[in-house]
Amino acid sequence: MKKRKLNGYLLAGLLITGLLLLMTLYGAIHTPYSPTAYTGMKFEAPSAAHLFGTDKLGRDIFSRVLKGMGTTLSIALATVAIGAVVGTAVGAVTGYFGGLVDDALMRLNDTLTAFPSILLALLVISLLGPENKYNLILALGIVFIPSFARVTRTAFASLRDVNYITSARLMGAGNLRILLVHLLPNTGRVLFPALTIGFNNAVLAEASMSFLRITPLETSLGYMLSEAQGMFAAAPWYALSTGSVIALLVFGVGLIGEGLQQRDKEA
Amino acid sequence: MKYTLKRIALLLITMLLVSFLTFSAFDLVSGDPAQTKLGTEATPERLEALRHMWGLDQPFFTRYFRWLAGFFSGDLGVSYHYSKPVWELIASKVEVTLCMCLLSFLIIVVVSIPLGIGSYRLVGGPFDWLRTAFNQLCMAVPPFFTGMLVSYGFGIVLRFFVPGNVPDLHTQFGAAIRHLFFAAVCIAIPRIAMTIRMMRSTVISEMNKPYVRTAISRGNDRHAVLTRHVLKNSLVSTVTFLGQTMAEIVGGSIVVEQVFGIPGLGRFLVASIGYRDYPVVQTIVVILAFWVVAVGTLADLLNQRIDPRLRLGGRV
Repeated sequence: MKKRKLNGYLLAGLLITGLLLLMTLYGAIHTPYSPTAYTGMKFEAPSAAHLFGTDKLGRDIFSRVLKGMGTTLSIALATVAIGAVVGTAVGAVTGYFGGLVDDALMRLNDTLTAFPSILLALLVISLLGPENKYNLILALGIVFIPSFARVTRTAFASLRDVNYITSARLMGAGNLRILLVHLLPNTGRVLFPALTIGFNNAVLAEASMSFLRITPLETSLGYMLSEAQGMFAAAPWYALSTGSVIALLVFGVGLIGEGLQQRDKEA
Repeated sequence: MKYTLKRIALLLITMLLVSFLTFSAFDLVSGDPAQTKLGTEATPERLEALRHMWGLDQPFFTRYFRWLAGFFSGDLGVSYHYSKPVWELIASKVEVTLCMCLLSFLIIVVVSIPLGIGSYRLVGGPFDWLRTAFNQLCMAVPPFFTGMLVSYGFGIVLRFFVPGNVPDLHTQFGAAIRHLFFAAVCIAIPRIAMTIRMMRSTVISEMNKPYVRTAISRGNDRHAVLTRHVLKNSLVSTVTFLGQTMAEIVGGSIVVEQVFGIPGLGRFLVASIGYRDYPVVQTIVVILAFWVVAVGTLADLLNQRIDPRLRLGGRV
């Protein structure tokens, strides 16, 4: 395989995302203050002691944002993992075998995509019960299955009858081996951009859901942003720092997706 | 005509599926709402009376079809939390949300189509990367964050509107629209960026087609080819994309209503989920989904007016 070069978008995206990931890891091990404890004066403006200032209860916002990134990122990753694994499996089976199962599942898929993703997430979570963090992950995960299924189905269906698959079949490879060893690696070109888009949608969806306070996740970026709205006049730095971190997370991964696409176009 | 009928039939089937899935899902989880409402101390007679009032003593399919018919007759059952008819509770909210969604859609169409075509001129230029980066940034800022900044800046500082106080749509139409306009812009921004991005790549791929090469080699001006031929051919995918946009707008409206304090369906939906008020939740979910599916169908029908080849069931 020839070495493919980095382009500007990819580099910038990796830098931003890498930096944020480092911050998240740092936050998981150590935060300057406890994210929930009273640490000083309330509504303190950003300073060396409190990088992002403090909120109404005198909590250090920088520490809160670090913890919040951890919560939001872990939920988004778990969500995308569910969506990608189940979606790819569904896409592989329907695209490769076709037939009645394909028709039925794709009809169901069309019906599910009729719901805006937030609406579907709200529907699923009100069915599962909104109290618990794992229900939120499950609800968001289910929401992301159809889009992954659709993307991978097209890829699997288009590769089904190419020559190297036929020859693998003639050499006696079973369906499972063909799917996993021969087809799956070749869907990377559509799967990676889909993963970046899916991850961004997951971050935004998690932030929206916790912004709406459906699930009480007090250390999530969305929840903190909804807290920050109430004190915008007194502590605008709370909303600005929280909102910018969400935007930067999505921006960084969006640039990676853009970079991957550009690289594919050049290749 | 045949295609139109087929498409409308498909729409009705999808609507039926959507409503059936939603209704049966909520039926499954709601347990015995009468028991929940009255508590464990309730006498069997009172339970029976309440179940009868809510129609819960009927078989599943009777209840489903009665509820479905309610979308036409206005009888959508009774809210468990407010003990009022669902339709009475949501009628005014439907108007507000639809108005805001339409406004947002209009903004997206008016802004993104000229910019989408215009952005083709930057292709290969020195500032193309800047445009791409800016586009990605617009997609990255969540509408509720923009909403917070807008509602503080334009609402509290500049006093263009009072956050949380939407004037009545019937008596003060202009003032209400002005209020909703700011929320609609916040929903529209990421979507405008996406539409421009999509149009740009469509125009680029059209410009590489043989008919464009022919037109240019015959001595036509590049700009004229762009506006006369390429634009028309890019229209089908643009209309399809804009049709799908409605889903995103509706999704965005749920969150943005919360930020601006707009008394719409989304805000009521979130509150009703908290109360486990299932008759309200299922009705709002289905109304919003119907709206999205209907717009998608409209886009399809419009497309086969634009490109008659689609009427034969072909894919372009």
